[in-house]
Amino acid sequence: MKKGVGLPVFPGVAIGPAVVYSKAQRTLPVPSGDPVVEKAKFDAALEVARGQLTELFEKAKAEIGEEQAAIVEVQLLMLEDLDYLDGVNMAIEGGAAAAIAALDTGEEFAQVFAAMDDAYMNARSADIRDMSHRLYDILCGNTGFSLPDGSFLLVAEDLAPSETIQLPRDRIMAFITRQGSASSHTAILARTLNIPSLVQSNITFEDVENCEVLAVDGFTGTWYADPDEETLAMLKQKQSQAAAEKNALEAYRGKESITPSGKKILLVANIGSPEDAIAAISADAEGVGLMRSEFLYLGRNNLPTEDELFEAYKQVAQIMGHRPVVIRTLDIGADKQVSYMDLEKEENPALGLRGLRICLTREEIFRPQLRAIYRASAYGNLHVMFPMVASVWELKAAKALCAKVRAELEEEGVPTREVPIGVMVETPAAAVLANELAKEAAFFSVGTNDLTQYTLAVDRQNAKLGEFYDPYHPALMALLAYIAKAANDNGIWAGICGELGADPKVQEQLVKMGFTELSMAAGRILETRKRICNMEE
Amino acid sequence: MKEFKHIINDPMGIHARPAGMLVKAVAGYASKITITAPTGTADAKRLMALMRLAAKQGMELTVTVDGADEEKAAAELQAFLQANL
Repeated sequence: MKKGVGLPVFPGVAIGPAVVYSKAQRTLPVPSGDPVVEKAKFDAALEVARGQLTELFEKAKAEIGEEQAAIVEVQLLMLEDLDYLDGVNMAIEGGAAAAIAALDTGEEFAQVFAAMDDAYMNARSADIRDMSHRLYDILCGNTGFSLPDGSFLLVAEDLAPSETIQLPRDRIMAFITRQGSASSHTAILARTLNIPSLVQSNITFEDVENCEVLAVDGFTGTWYADPDEETLAMLKQKQSQAAAEKNALEAYRGKESITPSGKKILLVANIGSPEDAIAAISADAEGVGLMRSEFLYLGRNNLPTEDELFEAYKQVAQIMGHRPVVIRTLDIGADKQVSYMDLEKEENPALGLRGLRICLTREEIFRPQLRAIYRASAYGNLHVMFPMVASVWELKAAKALCAKVRAELEEEGVPTREVPIGVMVETPAAAVLANELAKEAAFFSVGTNDLTQYTLAVDRQNAKLGEFYDPYHPALMALLAYIAKAANDNGIWAGICGELGADPKVQEQLVKMGFTELSMAAGRILETRKRICNMEE
Repeated sequence: MKEFKHIINDPMGIHARPAGMLVKAVAGYASKITITAPTGTADAKRLMALMRLAAKQGMELTVTVDGADEEKAAAELQAFLQANL
């Protein structure tokens, strides 16, 4: 047995096989420039892909079941599709390398399917991408990193947002990263999925490769490689105790969150996708307090279309029904980068062109998102909020664009509803201007992670600054109290959608300040409701 | 040219798998086979084109078969649709 430590980001115990995540290494072969040669390369790759998929099909049928096998079978058939093959041949004749022709043609078809008005066919775009990426990988000579079957603990140096969204969520039992922080994206995902995880761990990849069983204790922040019997028994005991405590919380399911003195608090979930909305409902969230809208933009090579965005928002609106859903508009930039937007490299991205700043300078990016939100508004109870607001004029400009977009849709005969417009308060400027912003906004939601980073001038991605990143800093508490008071004075509501909202140490204080909405990872809702119903307040 | 109609019985409509089976079933015929649904028209030998019809249960398909083996192709295709869609 070998053991070590890490910073725990979600409590719980996981025991199982471990996998080291490594980025796929691809080198694009030098194109020959001769369509005949490229065509021959493509045909050879097609043959290899056919062999791989046939093998996978047989394996799936024998070991997993008909349904999984059918998915592989569809990809096998797509590989033979005449339209796809015609498209690739045309691209090759036009001078493209086989690898690029295979990838781009697949992407074209995937987009056609993603834009269809049919949820089943939308999902097929993933099959097409999978199929064309397979050909691309073969043509690039990628030996490939592939995840094993079944469930496992995932160990990585660090995980980028675009990497985490491509992972099979239902098979990951825990994350252990060597870097990252309590507010990094891996940590956020771990909390969304309710899986015990460590960041800043001292585990090495050799530790993982040499062990058969890895265990994580998310209560103490300890990992064990090949735990001995005594340790294993202790961990299993903890695991069953945690399960029992979770069951006890079930008594609070379906109840309102009201303090003994009668203050009603709305407990809502932070989500990133329609998938998460389903998890939020099953965790008994009273709505969505923060829908991060980046997921549709990350892990791809081009901007999502208005229709793709609309479909996703509509799905979330329909899943949540009458419950409120706050969509935060695109917050790309800083630690979330996408290549296709052609954003310049910045010395200091956290203070750069990000959030609403991109949206106000790049209307071609912002307008489709707003149109999609207004179109989806007819299907539920949608709210919108803007990230990174620092001045009143920014809010006014964004609101004017909202009004324009809605009027256009009405003119086109598209039904829309009133969408309350709020501010995500995360810059110290917005906090200080809360009284002025409250006259223009329908609500406030405080992003405490960024507000802490900007108020204290402490980079939240820098693990070495840990002790200086103080989420309870008196300066921050003073700003929070001021924001809540400004909201109440102006008759609007204020909520918290950063990590602090789920923090038992300050929840009572936040309620006293006058915050009436707390948004958090879905898994924290029931325990928070228990706390609110039993507050001394 | 032969033409016949078929109403989709499968609760999922022409989803990926039956579309794939259909493509396989008609691949051997020399005739040109076209399927028209209320949502559009597709060559029955092209999988993604068929899927893009997104044809649902209850929709009426018009199938036209045109070529040297149209007689045999139409009869077998009709039987296939009744059995699988």
